[in-house]
Amino acid sequence: MQIIIVGCGNVGGTLAEQLSKEDHNITVIDKKSERVRDVTEKCDVMGIVGNGAVRSVQMEAGVEEADLLIAVTDSDELNLLCCLIAKKAGKTCQTIARVRNPHYSKEAAFLKDELGLAMVINPELAAAYEIARLLKYPKAIKVETFAKGRAELLKFRVTDENPLANCQLKDIPSKLHCDVLICVVERGEDVVIPDGNFTIRSGDLISVVSTSKNIQQFFRKLGMTSARVKNAMIIGGGSTSFYLAKQLIANGIQVKIVEKDKERCRDLCEHLPEATIIMGDGTDRSLLLEEGIEDAQSFISMTNIDEENIMLSLYAKMVSQAKLVTKVHRISYNELIGPLDLGSVIYPKYITAENIIRYVRALSNSMGSNVETLYKLIEDRAEALEFYIRGDSPVVGVPLQDLNLKSNILIAAINHNGTVITPGGQSRIYRGDTVVVITTRTGLHDIRDILQE
Amino acid sequence: MNFPFILYILFRVIEVEGLFLAFPCITALIYREESGWYFAAVMAACLVAGAIGKKFLKPKSTILFAKDGLVAVALCWVAASMVGALPFTLSGEIPSYVDALFEMVSGFTTTGSSILTDVEAMSYCARFWRSFAHWLGGMGILVFIMAILPLGGSYNMNLMRAESPGPSVGKLVPKVKNTAKLLYQIYIFLTIVMIILLLLAGMPMFDTLTITFGTAGTGGFAILNSSCADYTTLQQAIITVFMILFGINFNVYFLIYARKVKQGLRCEEMRVYLAIIATAIILISINTRGMFTSLFQTVHHAAFQVASIITTTGYATTNFDLWPEFSKMILVLLMFIGACAGSTGGGIKVSRCIVLVKSVKSELFYALHPRSVHNVELEGHKVDKSMLCSIDRFFFMYILIFAFSVLIVSLDNFDFMTNFTAVATTINNVGPGLSLVGPTGNFHRFSNLSKFVMIFDMLVGRLEVIPMLVLFSPFMWKK
Repeated sequence: MQIIIVGCGNVGGTLAEQLSKEDHNITVIDKKSERVRDVTEKCDVMGIVGNGAVRSVQMEAGVEEADLLIAVTDSDELNLLCCLIAKKAGKTCQTIARVRNPHYSKEAAFLKDELGLAMVINPELAAAYEIARLLKYPKAIKVETFAKGRAELLKFRVTDENPLANCQLKDIPSKLHCDVLICVVERGEDVVIPDGNFTIRSGDLISVVSTSKNIQQFFRKLGMTSARVKNAMIIGGGSTSFYLAKQLIANGIQVKIVEKDKERCRDLCEHLPEATIIMGDGTDRSLLLEEGIEDAQSFISMTNIDEENIMLSLYAKMVSQAKLVTKVHRISYNELIGPLDLGSVIYPKYITAENIIRYVRALSNSMGSNVETLYKLIEDRAEALEFYIRGDSPVVGVPLQDLNLKSNILIAAINHNGTVITPGGQSRIYRGDTVVVITTRTGLHDIRDILQE
Repeated sequence: MNFPFILYILFRVIEVEGLFLAFPCITALIYREESGWYFAAVMAACLVAGAIGKKFLKPKSTILFAKDGLVAVALCWVAASMVGALPFTLSGEIPSYVDALFEMVSGFTTTGSSILTDVEAMSYCARFWRSFAHWLGGMGILVFIMAILPLGGSYNMNLMRAESPGPSVGKLVPKVKNTAKLLYQIYIFLTIVMIILLLLAGMPMFDTLTITFGTAGTGGFAILNSSCADYTTLQQAIITVFMILFGINFNVYFLIYARKVKQGLRCEEMRVYLAIIATAIILISINTRGMFTSLFQTVHHAAFQVASIITTTGYATTNFDLWPEFSKMILVLLMFIGACAGSTGGGIKVSRCIVLVKSVKSELFYALHPRSVHNVELEGHKVDKSMLCSIDRFFFMYILIFAFSVLIVSLDNFDFMTNFTAVATTINNVGPGLSLVGPTGNFHRFSNLSKFVMIFDMLVGRLEVIPMLVLFSPFMWKK
């Protein structure tokens, strides 16, 4: 697809990098020449320096032939204007805008319907959704959904007391009587797609795929609480915290927000009457103890300073059993944080980019590619892809055990008419199904790519 | 430094060169020449090397930073020339390997300076390979590889930037691969049009192909001792027009192809380039009046020589060494100006000259009005400070390398005109100089040392200084 990205900040950069890897033709626009240079040096994209809302600049970027314009500058108004201009200047150009002002984003539906935007994304809101989803499974580090929410992928760490520890994979079904597939195991530096003889050790990070119901059952049998958390302690009262608190309260979870700024506290108090708002410094140990950090079932550090969030989560890990969620802005901290075992780490910019990329994939799907959804399970090492099966595919109707698959490929779930099954050797794939494939290979574009040539 | 990947690219370049060696082999088959066996042998060796490289040198990382790109390009050009020179020496047509290397570098860098005293004595396949090297070197070997092979990684722009001429190398379309493809499509299209026109004008097939390759790459190897003097006026006129066309920035063709004709024709660099050509033709025609039979012939020969020199092709229809001093001096100046950036020509490039002249003007203005704020503009865009600096430094390095080269070459004790123009013609990738290295002379007289200096100069000129200097710079290799 021909895609124009306006704004080369973190989100724009991440989008350009990922989408150009997925073989789209990308043109980026930014007012600052240094930013454009940074992106064009790192990725195979074309750069234009200028104001993205100016028609002649958009024309230079080829808006007439473009399929999609993504506006992710710092300014909401500019983003919306870019989309409006592109809508008129381009012939078939779809548009996506990042809008973070809550007053505007409240009207997302109006913007979409009346102004013709294909997608309006609010980064804080998206991050809040993601966190809320994580709190659903307190033991899971990561939760992704497939088949329109019918199948889920959960990642969690195997601890010493877990019955899975030192267990061979082929013994698990007889032991647990559970229809769940263990699809990826991370052990230290290694990323493996395990076979029946693989033995799970304590400390491994494992990812499982199945329906939501099966997974809950699986967790219960493992003796892990699958219940939702009952209370949440949020440090920092920014907009993400606000959106999150609102959702959690709606789900019946008690929320406590610790915020330094007096004015902001008043605001929060006014808009979130059910939440307990504490005015104070979240990094103050005695304050946290006073407010009951030891009994917190979930602890979410969301101040504006990455380092502070990391330290706070480390402290909470020490004194409590809480489910930890840490907000980190700088993606480059990723490698450092990994070994700290901080639980779930949220990168708001990444989430925004991921959401947009998911939309782009769905769009290019309607243009001929067959990838329905794609998740990076472990940065560039393992992917989960959902393929839509068309009639002429060579995998249709053949029992899975007779398919000659490439190595390091696992068919994790088949969604047949809305029922998700965990496939066995006798299962068959039919036309119109969607299939979840887990792989450590990259660059699969079609279901036929999983077969040996 | 990502040496495994650079090595991998190097082997792929040699493999692709092996594929292209098939052309001289076919020529040898047609003319039943024994030299063809040596081309076939080198071709086989290249293909084997390529297969080995593909099998054993699969690199882990495909990240190429700017410096990797520069080193990769410099090494590839040196390696491609060294391999390409082998068949000449093996078949004994050019007994000395240094001479063969000089000839091959001259081919790939689209210079066209030759050490051969009698071109017509060469076999057809050898002459074909020399000319084909021009065509390949004109648009760039690595650009070609990027157009057809997936090298992987998103850093290929660093390769393209290092190989393509011009102060700022941009893309035509978002992907490097597609940009490279488009450039070659335009290149091949123009080449085919020229072949058809020359054939229609009655030129023999072999001459047509070799002359076209030389013109397209703005190289200048001819297959006759008389260069282009023996062709008909119509054929010479076609060559003149196409030399000028291949010297224009390929961006212009892209814009025309994208149906933005108006925007394409507005290109400031192209306008200045055409203006320089017109002025030079008029001045030389006035200066050489009476030397030819008619006014038409005077203008015709002036146009051919001017086009040939400014695009750094280097064909000749007349011995311009016999022209008056004023005309000769114009030609020497044209050598340095060169063709447009983003074309196949060499020299300093018209766009750099425009910026240099404009910055002189701006400096004078600044001297008169010290508080004035003044921008240098090119193509309607402001040229930023860093670009100005890099152009100034480029010019300085160019002159510095030129001066040192003249100094070393003068050890051979030829006259000033010979030394000066020999270096000028090689560093600017033109071909013929004046005096002993004029259109009727050649470079066989020079010592091996001078030949090596000129080989270096030709690569410096084609790759625009930086890659070659980086390759030999101690900073580069210090850990």
